[in-house]
Amino acid sequence: MEIDPFVFRLSIFILSIFIGYYVVWSVTPSLHTPLMSVTNAISSVIIVGAIIAALAEGGSIFDTANIFGYLAIVLAAVNIFGGFLVTQRMLAMYKKKKKDK
Amino acid sequence: MSANLLAIFYLISGVLFILALRGLSSPETSRKGNLFGIIGMIIAIGVTILSAGNFSIGFLYLIIFLLVGGSIGAFIAFKIPMTAMPELVAGFHSLVGLAAVFVAISAYLNPEVFNLGIQGNIKIASLIEMSLGAAIGAITFTGSIIAFLKLRGIMSGAPITFFGQHYLNLLLGIALVALIFYLCKTQIDTWFWIIIAISFLVGVLLIIPIGGADMPVVISMLNSYSGWAAAGIGFTLENSALIITGALVGSSGAILSYIMCKGMNRSFFNVILGGWGATESSSTNQSKEQKPVKNGNAEDAAFLMKNASSVIIVPGYGMAVAQAQHALREMVDALKKNGVKVTYAIHPVAGRMPGHMNVLLAEANVPYDEVFELEEINNDFANCDVAYVIGANDVTNPIAKTDPQSPIYGMPILDVEKSKSVLFVKRSLSPGYAGIDNDLFYRDNTLMLFADAKKMTEDIIKNL
Repeated sequence: MEIDPFVFRLSIFILSIFIGYYVVWSVTPSLHTPLMSVTNAISSVIIVGAIIAALAEGGSIFDTANIFGYLAIVLAAVNIFGGFLVTQRMLAMYKKKKKDK
Repeated sequence: MSANLLAIFYLISGVLFILALRGLSSPETSRKGNLFGIIGMIIAIGVTILSAGNFSIGFLYLIIFLLVGGSIGAFIAFKIPMTAMPELVAGFHSLVGLAAVFVAISAYLNPEVFNLGIQGNIKIASLIEMSLGAAIGAITFTGSIIAFLKLRGIMSGAPITFFGQHYLNLLLGIALVALIFYLCKTQIDTWFWIIIAISFLVGVLLIIPIGGADMPVVISMLNSYSGWAAAGIGFTLENSALIITGALVGSSGAILSYIMCKGMNRSFFNVILGGWGATESSSTNQSKEQKPVKNGNAEDAAFLMKNASSVIIVPGYGMAVAQAQHALREMVDALKKNGVKVTYAIHPVAGRMPGHMNVLLAEANVPYDEVFELEEINNDFANCDVAYVIGANDVTNPIAKTDPQSPIYGMPILDVEKSKSVLFVKRSLSPGYAGIDNDLFYRDNTLMLFADAKKMTEDIIKNL
């Protein structure tokens, strides 16, 4: 009997939840704000769906389905650039104590 | 590009995203982690574009839209002041939510592209995943907008409650399930649109009853939702990068919500079902008579701290509001020159989002190894000479340990009361968010400094 590919995706999903659980518990509390901004940025990988939708059937911007794809691209792009850059900016501020002179 | 190769590239970006989160376990590795995240994103976007095959006019639009969104994002990222981080994060969540809704809509309108069947006869499983993704995305969108408005101060932070609110939410929740069922059965477009419309409404209703100081939980929760929405879409698009990321983000937000709830000793449902503001009147109005407080000025405070051997700073939301972090750092520098040992103590729910205080202190160049979490530092208060409480209140209230009637009973607090003297910088004697009086104000070893946090700190510097 063949296994439905859905089951494989479900396995990936469940295992990733566990990975997320352990990885996030090891995040130091002082970096919880950057954690939120970076998870924000990576969840915008939803842009891949937007790209496929937008480029479907020649990528006309007059087709309703494509328009939603393009709109999603703009939103996700704001998030990707904004999220990663603001995370970078925050992380650059975390400094260790300078050695006493 | 073959579908298998594509899937492997998506897997690689998924792994890079895991490493991005892993990097955050310490500030040293975090910057490299962020780089992994960026590389993962570039791979995912790159291979998706390449796999689309024959270059059409669409690519031009794609690049334009990407650049428009990207420059808006970059502009915001560089311009945003650190004190505005909570609303920025809420705003970003809303965008992820809306993007998920849009992708779900285009997948619904054009299912052939994603191999989901044909319009009017979409695979049932895909239809369920799609409508769940769209519904959670829509809730995330409007919920985050409300959170954004509350954090930004455009909308009052006070909880908005009305009769039958919970029943209405329950009803709408049941309606959503029923509608998804009918959509699968009949494949009629109208149901799909109604599902999205109701979800938008649910998002609003879910967040309006939650008060300002509960925002750390709300932001974490919306973070989690945006992840589940992405995962839902990931199942529809059969894309492992999206499924992995959605699961990571979903569990990350859930853990943060849990940590925040624990920091307030409240259950998740207690927070979600409405703020403390609603119960405020019953618990606190009995002791209205004036109790004596010791009122101090900057000179007294400077004298106390200069002659102390150790000082612990307890920042709260008031510091963020007054933007006092830079002045605070200067004050600490001056104290250190006098040989005073200074550390910072941060309560898990200080501020309006997880880690809010840490970011502000980092911005003011406070080294992160001088900043401690509640469990690490709480025993040190007993040996410290001065606790400088700047803009915090409820998280220091000893009533949380002594009075089982109090709404904050059982909440872990910073043991500020144990230090030899306590300096409270506060604008007035008004109670904190929980609406309860803080016993500490009236203690003999407490000196109240009534002023704006920033101004008071600056005045103290002058007197050091």
